[in-house]
Formats: sequence, C-alpha cells, structure tokens
Amino acid sequence: MIPEIGHYALTLALCVAVVQAIVPMVGAQRGDLALMNLCRPASVALFLTIAVAFAALTHSYIVSDFSVANVYLNSHTDKPLLYKISGVWGNHEGSLLLWILILAVFSVAVSVFGRNLPPALRARALAVQAMIVVGFLLFILFTSNPFERIDPAPLNGRGLNPLLQDPGLAFHPPMLYLGYVGFSMAFSFAIAALIEGRVDAAWARWVRPWTLLAWIFLTLGIALGSWWAYYELGWGGWWYWDPVENASFIPWLAGTALLHSAIVVEKRDTLKSWTILLAIVTFSLSLLGTFLVRSGVITSVHAFATDPTRGVFILVLLAVTVVGSFSLYAWRAPQMKGGGVFAPISREGTLLLNNVLLSTAAATVLLGTLYPLFADALHLGKVSVGPPFFNAVFVPLMVPMLIVMALGPLLAWKRGDALGAAKRLWLALVAAAGVFAATYVAAGGQATHVGAAFGMGVGAWLLIGTLVEWAERVHLFRASPGVSLRRAVGLPRAAYGMTLAHIGTALLVMGVVGNTAWKTESIQVMSPGETLAMAGHIYRFEGADRVDGPNYDAIRGHFTLLDGDGDRITELAPEKRRYTQPPQATTEAAIHTSGLHDYYAVIGDAATDHGAGAYVTRFYYEPFVPLLWYGALLMGVGGVVSLTDRRHRIGAPARRRAEAAARAASTRASSGPSGGSGVTAPGRAS
Amino acid sequence: MKPAEQMRPGRLVPFLFDAERRARLAGGDTRARRGQGAVPCRAFRYGAAVRALALAGVLGVALATVAPTPGWAVEPDEMLDDPALEARAREVSRDLRCVVCQNESIDESNADMARDMRLLVRDRIEQGDSNEEVKQYLVDRYGDYVLLKPPFKPTTYVLWFGPALILAAAAAAAVSFYRRRAAAPPSPPPLSAAEQARLQALIDESEGSKDDDGAGRGGAV
Amino acid sequence: MKKVKVVYFLPLIVVAILLVFFIVGLQRDPRALPSVLLDRPVPTFSLPGLPDRDPALTDPGAFQGKVVLLNFFGSWCVACLQEHPVLKRIQAEGLVPLHGIAFKDKPEDTLRWLGRHGDPYDAIGYDTTNRIAIEFGVTGAPETFVIDKQGVIRHKHVGPITDEVWVNTLRPLIEDLQNG
Repeated sequence: MIPEIGHYALTLALCVAVVQAIVPMVGAQRGDLALMNLCRPASVALFLTIAVAFAALTHSYIVSDFSVANVYLNSHTDKPLLYKISGVWGNHEGSLLLWILILAVFSVAVSVFGRNLPPALRARALAVQAMIVVGFLLFILFTSNPFERIDPAPLNGRGLNPLLQDPGLAFHPPMLYLGYVGFSMAFSFAIAALIEGRVDAAWARWVRPWTLLAWIFLTLGIALGSWWAYYELGWGGWWYWDPVENASFIPWLAGTALLHSAIVVEKRDTLKSWTILLAIVTFSLSLLGTFLVRSGVITSVHAFATDPTRGVFILVLLAVTVVGSFSLYAWRAPQMKGGGVFAPISREGTLLLNNVLLSTAAATVLLGTLYPLFADALHLGKVSVGPPFFNAVFVPLMVPMLIVMALGPLLAWKRGDALGAAKRLWLALVAAAGVFAATYVAAGGQATHVGAAFGMGVGAWLLIGTLVEWAERVHLFRASPGVSLRRAVGLPRAAYGMTLAHIGTALLVMGVVGNTAWKTESIQVMSPGETLAMAGHIYRFEGADRVDGPNYDAIRGHFTLLDGDGDRITELAPEKRRYTQPPQATTEAAIHTSGLHDYYAVIGDAATDHGAGAYVTRFYYEPFVPLLWYGALLMGVGGVVSLTDRRHRIGAPARRRAEAAARAASTRASSGPSGGSGVTAPGRAS
Repeated sequence: MKPAEQMRPGRLVPFLFDAERRARLAGGDTRARRGQGAVPCRAFRYGAAVRALALAGVLGVALATVAPTPGWAVEPDEMLDDPALEARAREVSRDLRCVVCQNESIDESNADMARDMRLLVRDRIEQGDSNEEVKQYLVDRYGDYVLLKPPFKPTTYVLWFGPALILAAAAAAAVSFYRRRAAAPPSPPPLSAAEQARLQALIDESEGSKDDDGAGRGGAV
Repeated sequence: MKKVKVVYFLPLIVVAILLVFFIVGLQRDPRALPSVLLDRPVPTFSLPGLPDRDPALTDPGAFQGKVVLLNFFGSWCVACLQEHPVLKRIQAEGLVPLHGIAFKDKPEDTLRWLGRHGDPYDAIGYDTTNRIAIEFGVTGAPETFVIDKQGVIRHKHVGPITDEVWVNTLRPLIEDLQNG
C-alpha cells in the first residue's frame, strides 16, 4: 500500500510541477500577480508530494518490504538501520528520487525565504525550477520507477554493497546531490533573468547565497567522498581523476568561478552576461555529469551498471535544457549592458583572471574526460586519458591562480596598485621562499623535488598572503590591539568567509603537493613479531585473528606503531572483512594520524608459504594528508560563515541595504579593498 | 514462496543484467565482462569499484558488480629484488591501463590480467628493456589504449593542445572585454598620495564597528 | 555590433557539437577494444599441449597454408560455455580447422571441462603464464582470431561466437579467405 502511495504521490507531483512550470510563468509575462504568486503554494505542494514519495520509499527500506524491487535489490534484513536508510539513495532509482527531492527543497526554500524577491523574478525562477522537476519526474516515472513491485515477494534482499555500508558514504551522496542539484537554483535565476531581460546587482545578491549553499555542499561532498576512498580503499589514495570524480569536479570548478564572478556583478554591475552563462553552464555540467555516469558513454570504473535507455532519456533532458537555455542566452544576453569599468589590475581584474583560469580548468578536465569518446566517435582509435594527463595540464593552470589569489583581495576595486599590494605581501614571499628552501632541503635536495618544494611554497604564499590581507584589514600591529580587535569584530562575515576559504585552499594545496611528493609505501610479508621501519617509525606485527561482525567476518591484524626511539605510540588494527550479503570483501585500514601526517596500515591475505601466522602487510606513510581534510573543511566553514553574513541573508531588512548603499555612495571614490565584500551594489539598492 | 530467482522476469531481470543487455545492444557482444572476470579476474575491480564508488553510489550507479574475494594490487611475491628495478616497474605500471578493468592502472588493479601484465613488465625490465620499450611492447599488442597518458601524435593534438587553446581563447575574451570597456568612460583617476593620506585620516577617525564593507582599509588605491 | 552577437551563439554551437558526440557515443561501446594485430602476422609462440590430448598446438606452424580459427578459452570462463555449442557446430561443419589456446587454467581443469562438455578443438595449446594471451592482445575469454593462409590475423571476435556471428561474419570471411 505504502509504495503505491509513493508512486501516486510522484504522479501527483508531476501534475503540480507542470502547473508550477506554466502558471507563474504566464503570470509573470502578463504581470498578473495572482498567477505569479501561485508559485509559492505550488512549490510547497510539490515539496510535500515528493517528500511523501521519498518517505514511502524510505519506509519500504526500513521495514524491508522486499515486494518492492528496489528494496529487494539493494537491501537486506541484516543490515543496520542506518544503512537501510542510506540504501534508499545507494541505487539509481532512489538516488534519482533524492535528486528530485532536493530540487523541490531548493524550490520551496526560495519561496519561503525569498519573500523580498521581486514577484516576477521569483515566479519565473520557480517556474524554471519546476520545469527541471518535470523533466526528472518524467525520467523517474518512465524509466526508473523505484516503487515497482515483485510478485511474489522474495524472502530476503540482495543486500547493499558493503562498501556503501560506511558512515562516511551514507552521508556523502546527499551532500554531493545538494551541491549538484543546488546549482539548479542559480540556473533558474539565470533563466528568469534572461526572460526578464534584466540582470543587476540585486539579482546577483539574490543568487549568490543559493550558489554559495550549493558550493558548500559540493565542496564537502567531494571531500567526504575523497576521505572515504582514502580510508576505505586500502591504499591511501584520495583522488584518481576517474570520470565519475571528474563529473563532480567539473561543476565544482565552474561553480567556484560562478561564485567569484557573481561578486563582480554584485559589487560592480559588470560581467553580467558572463555570469549568467556560468550559471547555466554550471548546472548543465551537473546534468552532463549525470548523463556521463548513468549512460555508459564513457568508461569509468563505475559505468558498469548503466543503461542506454536511461542514457537516451537523460541525453534528451540534457539537450532540451542546454539547447533551450543557450538559445535563450544567445537571444537575450546581447541586450545586457555592462556597468562598471575596471582596469586589469584591480579586484575585479583578479576575479576575472580567476574566472579565466577556473573555466579553462573546467573545460580542460571536461576535454580529458570526454576525449576517449571524441576519439572513438571520430574513429581516431581508442585512447585512455588518465591521471598523468590531468596532472600535467591541471597543475600549470592552478599555479598562477593560486599566486594571484593572494594578491587579489589586496587590490582595490576598479584600479588597483599591484606593486603596492605586492609590497605588502613581502611576508608571504619570505614565507614562500622559506618553505620552498626548507622542504627542498628536507626532501634531500634532489632536482626531482623542486616541483614539490615549489608547490609547498605556493601554498605558503597563499596561506600567509591571506593572513596578511586579514591583518591589514584589522590594522594588526598598526593600530592599538583594542582598535584591531574592534576592527576584527566589525569585519563583515563575508570577509571572514573568504579568508577561511582561501586559507583552506592553501592547506589543501600543501596537502595535495606534499602527499603526492612524499608518500611512501611498503609491501611485504610479515610474521608475528617482525618489525618494519618506515618514515622514522616502526611497525611491529603482533599477529592476526578472526573477528565476527554483524553481517561480516574479518581477519584483524594487530600492529604496534613505535616511534624512532622504539617507544610505543599506538596500536593499529586493520581488518579485512568478508561480507556475506552480498558476498564481498572490504579492507578497513588502520590509520594513526599525528595531525600532520598519517601512518596507515593494511592487512592482506595470509601468506601460508611463509609459515603460520604470516600475512601480507602494507604500510603507507601519508604525509600532509590531514591538510586535505582541514583545507576542505575550512573551505566549507568559510562558505557557511559567508552565508551568515547579513548582507547575504535573504530578507535582510531593507533599511540595512539603504544604509549600506548610502555609505557606499560616500566611499565610492576610494572604494578600499575588502575581500568578498566592499562597496554595496550600485544597482537597485541605491 | 518461490525463491528469488523465480520471480517475475520482465523489467527486473534486464536491470539485474544491465551489463549483458548493454553489451547486446551495443552489437552482439554478449560476453559480459564481469562474467568473463568470474574467475581469472576474481577480484575484478575490487579496488576500482571501491574507489570512485563514493561518487558512483551518489550518482546512482547500481552496484551490481561484486568481488567475491579481496584482491590486492602489487603482491610481495611479484616484486623484484632490486629496489631500483622495482621502482621502475612501479613507475611503468602506473602509466599502463589494466585492459579488463577500465580506467585503472595495472599498478592499482587486482584483476588477474593486471597481475599478469605487472609480471610481464617486471620480466621485461629485468631483461634490460627501458621504461619506454616496456610500454611500447604493450602498445604493440593493445594499442594506445593501454597508455594512461595518451601519446603525443596527430590524433591527440586536440587533447594536448586543447587546454592551451582554451586558455588562449579565454584570455582573448578577457582582453576583448577590456578593450570594449576602454571605449566606455574611464574610471576616476587614483587618489594622489595627499588625498590618500587625508582619506586615511578621515577613516581612522570615524572608524566604527559598523564598518560593514571594510572600505576603511586604506593605502591600496 | 554584429560580430559581438555571434559570440553569444558560441555556447549554443559548442553544446550542439557536444550533443552530436553524445548521440554517436551512446551507440558505441566504450569498452570494445579493436585488435591492433589485424593484418599482422601471428605472434610467434611456443606452447606445451595438454597432457594426453593430441594434437597439441605448439607453435604458429600449424597456421601455415590454411585458414584457421584460433579460440582463446578456459574452464573458468562462463561465456566460453555459452559459445561452446556453436564451436561444436563449427567443428562439425568442417569448413575450417578450429584450434584452441587454453589460458589461466590448470591442465586437469581444462581436460575435465572438455570431457564434460565435449571437445570441439583440433589442436590445443596450453598457455600457463598468460603470456601468449598478452602476445595476442587478448583481454579475456572467449576471444577468437581468424588467421589466413599466410598466417596473418584477419579478424578478431571478442566474446562468445553465436550462430548469427558465425553465419553473418565469420563464415563469409573464412570462405573469402579460402578462395582468395
């Protein structure tokens, strides 16, 4: 019964979405406020119907209703409750339902929190959002119905892939989806603005929080996936340039560019048609990623359960979306007049450079991901494009961006003083040189380490440069501590958001570079009592035993990690698990972290020909890996802090905006530099 | 109640065997790669499946392929005694694609096929082949497909020059943006040192906690 | 002004091109890996046969002077079992010698498998190390090569041979080669 309610709710949602897609749009064209305002109850109804469907599927999972094919295929009674729930989105149909739910959540959030949006803009944006929902509802109802029944019902399910039975992975998909799908809001606003034919600072201000929200989720979602792969995989890697990873990384790059170009629209009323384009492109790339992964047009390590029918459907969805939106763009974008003028060396100039490099990076990763497809379609032969290509082309694009990233926030809007800014970065330069020299020498002074040392130097440059910018802003050491403190408290949260996110980026860069360059590995057979020295530490193998888990059994190895002097640091107990339902083995690495470096132990198969109790063991010294997680977390925290900036809060009192506008007008001439903030929009607000 | 295998076929079964169906649709290749992998690649894509799975789960790829036993990439028994040669073997292995695993280097893969290729790489290195010769040996048998770093040749010019061309196009767009804007009225000239100082003084005087836009930070004009 | 407007159509053009590629791409199998050995002589090899089973396919000499089919198989290979009846029909038809190379297998397992399901092969070589499979650029089993009278590889079929493949592709090709 409940699955039928879910199915019915989905069908009902389709009707509501159709209404929401048409009526407010017509209303906006006619200027009929009543029709326009229909978008609000409609979006609530849409959310409720989809939520009912989602709840119905979740219920089927929780009670293990194996008469539902989807539950039978992906669940099992022995599974812990958490993984029964996460099983809902651990498969194609359920994840699609989650996708639609998130579309609806964003839709309803805009109608609830967007009270101060102009009615026409809101009506159009929500109508566009509903169009996307219609497309995906058609997709799910016609090709991927999660409520399909089996008769008679099997006694038990086939189980969820044990690799998905992990807390990190339980929450990773929803996070990533919130990011992926969240960019739909920027897309909808962009389409609405194109239809309206007007983009101004106020528009940018309304769009930014939604873009930022999506970006935060996507950042954390990717990081969570990477972290999971790192500890679960058993060989300590965290990024592989696999097409599936790229499918999430490309929208991230585009979304990051969008986040920055929207600042220029908001503050300086220019780069408007470009920002609109980026908003469309970012969401289109999310759709493209979905298409690539689910259609099987490219070989990913994951494209093994794909379906051409679904591929065709998503391709049609993608085609309608991109052809429609880019045609609209070609038609309406030329009418947008740019506002503020600025010099290449200025805050906007660096933001534009950021956009040039980030969009080139996104296009490059896309090219590499799709090239096997191009080559095959053009009969140029089968090629593979793997990590060596991506590393070779991606890194040179990032280096200039990271260098300019420290400089940008120190420049004034409109026309900056590069030399002045560079002078104030002397400390960062010293730090970078120091880090470069120190890492180079520490690494043994070989020529092969110049690149890595340089990368660490770039990270230090960005880290210190960002801190210098903050210090300058609060007049640290220039004013009395009291004044500095007052200024620090008074700084807008958006500024702190930028500082945190940029520091996060610096840490991430150092983590990536340092780990790539200095990671070491040791693979051997060990008997109980044997020791192995590696990276200044000693691993002593104490033996291995069998343990039983709820739905698996495992070999658990016992290691003692000793420091260079032979003092015990900790015990490491990696496991090799064998799950029964479905039958599959996983590795549970044991990781000891010093906060800066990780010591990673894995137990392998018994090496019986080396005597009783001997096992294959693997150790990884993973330097700087924690910096990756700190960095990603700081980026996310920076995003959240920025989101809480009152100027981003939707529904911020109009009074404040007027006040800010007045002050902006008075300081316009000087327009002092300030990261992620600055002079209030000269557009509608003033 | 009937066992699961006897349940209604129709839409469900094709779903279960998507790989086969896809293969059939793609032109008669009913040999499912994962079927083929049943024994020799017993750990077929264990590692690979694991790795991007994080994202795959998300993207809704049904996780149909399971590995019955755990596999490992490089095993101690395959390693060469000479650390320098072994290091070279690892380096070469990382650049070679496991041809049955899709998008995974033989160094990372647990597939038997990858193990055979690793052993081959080590053999050839021991026999005195250079890294390039080893790679060429496999290219001669499997094509450029085995190279994770595509060779630089006419069919890959677009790939290798692409990023530079995209960057040039993006830079050209930015330059043209500035050019077009230069025609528009110029921005006010920067403040002189004296104005700057005066502004700074004013700002410092009126510094308040309501410094909402951070415009108070001077000296940057 | 006219020139500037063209710029706004660029994204549309780019995505249109991409869509065309996707449509083409959907109809192709990204995993199909064409052999690079086509129109090249058979790699040299030296193999033992299976114990107590004759004749043995020990070297490429067996390919000289006649068109042959060379099939890579193993007892572990599920899809080989699927094509097995077709191979038996091909053998019964007698158009072409069918040789096999068993790889990644234990000889006793191969023999047991052949004993249980029937033995359609003329000569069988036994590849212990998988090296010969790599020499042939084989990625799995079953894979089947058509080798002409000069010992040159003319076709490779990946996956199980079905009656349809035999009738529509392999037999016509073999007949052509035999007459040519």
